[in-house]
Amino acid sequence: MYSPFLHVFPPAGARTHEVCGSGAYGFAFALAARLGGQMLWVREAWGAVQLNPSGFSDFIDPATLTICDTKDQKDVLAVTEEALRSNAVALVVITLSQPIGLTEGRRLQLAARDGKATGLAIIPEGMGSNAVESRWRCSPAFDVKDSTLQKWELIKNKSGTLGVWYVRWDTASRRLTVVSPAGE
Amino acid sequence: MSDGIQRRVVSLWFPQLASDRVLRQHLIDAPFVLTLKQKNANRIYCLNGDATRKGLHRGMSYADARAFCPSLQSAPADPAQDERFLHVLRRWAMRYCPWVGLEGCDGLVLNITGSAHLWGGEPAMITDMRRRLAHAGVSVRIGVGDTRGAGWAMAHYGEGIAPARDMLGTLAPLPVAALRLSDDMSVALQRLGLRTIGDLASAARAPLTRRFGPGLLLRLDQALGHQSEEITPLADPPHYGVRMTLPEPIGLLSDVMAGTERLLVQLCAKLKAQEMGARMLCVILRRVDQDEQQVELRLARPLRDAKRILPLFERGLSEAEAGFGIDQLRLEATQVESLPAQQISHVSGRASDKLDDLISRLGTRIGLENIQRFLPADSHIPERSFIIAPAAYSDPQSGWSSANPRPLCLFPPEPIAGTGPHPPNRFRWRRMSLTMGRATGPERIAPEWWLSDENWRTGLRDYWRVETKQGRRLWLFYTPQNPGWFVQGEFA
Repeated sequence: MYSPFLHVFPPAGARTHEVCGSGAYGFAFALAARLGGQMLWVREAWGAVQLNPSGFSDFIDPATLTICDTKDQKDVLAVTEEALRSNAVALVVITLSQPIGLTEGRRLQLAARDGKATGLAIIPEGMGSNAVESRWRCSPAFDVKDSTLQKWELIKNKSGTLGVWYVRWDTASRRLTVVSPAGE
Repeated sequence: MSDGIQRRVVSLWFPQLASDRVLRQHLIDAPFVLTLKQKNANRIYCLNGDATRKGLHRGMSYADARAFCPSLQSAPADPAQDERFLHVLRRWAMRYCPWVGLEGCDGLVLNITGSAHLWGGEPAMITDMRRRLAHAGVSVRIGVGDTRGAGWAMAHYGEGIAPARDMLGTLAPLPVAALRLSDDMSVALQRLGLRTIGDLASAARAPLTRRFGPGLLLRLDQALGHQSEEITPLADPPHYGVRMTLPEPIGLLSDVMAGTERLLVQLCAKLKAQEMGARMLCVILRRVDQDEQQVELRLARPLRDAKRILPLFERGLSEAEAGFGIDQLRLEATQVESLPAQQISHVSGRASDKLDDLISRLGTRIGLENIQRFLPADSHIPERSFIIAPAAYSDPQSGWSSANPRPLCLFPPEPIAGTGPHPPNRFRWRRMSLTMGRATGPERIAPEWWLSDENWRTGLRDYWRVETKQGRRLWLFYTPQNPGWFVQGEFA
C-alpha cells in the first residue's frame, strides 16, 4: 500500500517542495545531508529563531551553509529565484511567513528546473502553494528507546502517492533509517 | 658630471612639520607642543614658534615644560599622520618639477634642473614656494645649491640660494654640522679646531679619513659636487581607472555592456600587471546633459577576470537611466586587494567560483554583508559558540565539535512555570500543554564572568534535554541561583 520511501526521498530534483510542522528544520537538514554540496538558507532578517551550527553539525558541515538575511519576503523570493537559477548550490531553503501566490510558486519552480537545484520552502501549516511538487508534514515523535524519531507525512505529491513514514537519524553515519510503523 | 646644464637642487626643510599640521586644523595662538611617549616619559616631539620663544626645546620632558610655561597647550603626536602629510607636500611640490624625493622625515628635495626658468628664475620660484606654504600655514626653510648636500646645508644653516658652480665659496663659513654629520662627529671636529666647512676643506684629507672613516669626506665631497648623490623620486601609486569617450551618445543596455566590457578588459590587464584583484568596482556613466549615473559593484572575493565580472554588472547597468544618451564611460576599481598569481593544479582547484559569483550577484540586491556564514568561536556559552560573519570577507572554517547534543535552533529564553531542580512533569509552552516523557541532564554551564552579558545575569544554568510525550524535544534550563525554568531551543 505504501510506496517505498526510496521513491519519495530525496524528493525530485530540479523542483521545489514544501515542508511544514515542528520537525521542518530537521527535514531540511536531513535533505541537505542527503543531497550534499552547498546549501543556501534564505530568511527574513527579523526572525528570532537562530540556527545553531553546533546542532546541525550532526547533519552537515556548517562550512557548506550560507545564509542570506533579507528585509522582506519579496527579497526572499527574488534571492531564491536567482540562487536556484545559478546552478551554484544544490539546495536552497527558504522560510516563508506569508503564503505565496501561484505566480511566485511557478517562477521558483521554473528557476529550479533551469538551475537543476532543489528548492525547499519551510511554511506555516496550511499556507502551501499549489505550484510545488510535493509537500511534507514533519513532526518529532516520542519513543521510549530513541530520541531522534520523526514522523514524516507526505501530504501532497504531484507524481505519486501519499504516505506516512517513521524515520530516525543516525548521527554517526549521517543517514536516515526508516522504521516500521508497527512499533506503536 | 654633465657639461651642459648645471644641476640645481632645492631643499625644503619643515622645522615644525608636526605642530604645523595640527595647528592648520584649529589655530591656537599660544605656546603649543606635541608630546610623544619616549623612554617612559612624555617628551616634547614638536613645538611652535611661541613655545620656542618661551625657552622650550625638543626632547624636553613635558612635565618640565609645563613648569616653565603654565599656559602651554599640548596634543599627542601622531608620526604616521605626519608622514602622510609629508607625502601630501611631496605631491604638491611636483608642481615645480617632476623630480621630488623625501629628505628624512621632515624635508623634501627637488631637482629643479631645467625647470626654474618656467617660474622666472630661482628667486621667483623660491618666493612662490614661500608664499604658498605661508598661506597653507606651514613654516619652511629653503636652500638652493648645486648638490643635494649643499641644498640641505643651505636650508638648515644658511637659508638662501648658493650661486651656481661656487659651492665651496658659499658653504665655507657654515659649521661642519651642515654636512649632515652625526652629533658625535661634529663635536669631535670642533675639538680639533675644524669649526667650519672651509676649515675642513683645507685640512689634509688622509689623516681625517684615518680618524673619522670615509663617511666624513664623502659627505664633504657630496656637498661640493665631487661625488654624485641620487635623488630618488617616489613612484606614484598605480591608478586603477579607465575611461572611454564616445563620439555619439548611446542608450541601449547592450551598447553600454559592450563599452563596459572593453573597459573591463583594459582594467583587468592593469590589475594583472600589478597582481591585484578588484573588490569594489564603480562605473560612472556621463550623459549628454552632464548628469552622472553611478553603478557600484562589490565582489565576494578579489577578481580580475573580465568574463566573470561583466555579467555581475548587468543588473546595476540595467537600472541606470540613460536619458538622452551616454557619451562617456568611466570604470574604476575603488577597492583593490592583492591577488597573487597561483599555480593551477588538479589538487587544490577552487570549486566555489560559482558560489562566489552568486554571492556577488545577490550582494547587489540585498547587500554583501547580509550574506553570511557560521564560523566556530571559542566559547562554551551556546549562543556564543559561533559567530556569524559576512561570507564575502571570511573563509569557511571547520572545527565544529560538541560533547553534548545541541539543539538545531535557538531562540531567546522563554519562561515556563516550574519549581525545583527537576524538570516539571507537565508544563505549558507556547499555549501547548506538554507532558514530560524523558529528561536527560543536567549539564551545568557557568556564565563567562569576564564578559558582562545581560542574558546571563541570572547566574548558573542547568540544561536539560526534555523529550515530551507529544513529540517536541526541547532544551530547557533551570537557574539554581535565581530559581526559574526557561525554554531556549528545540532539537530535531
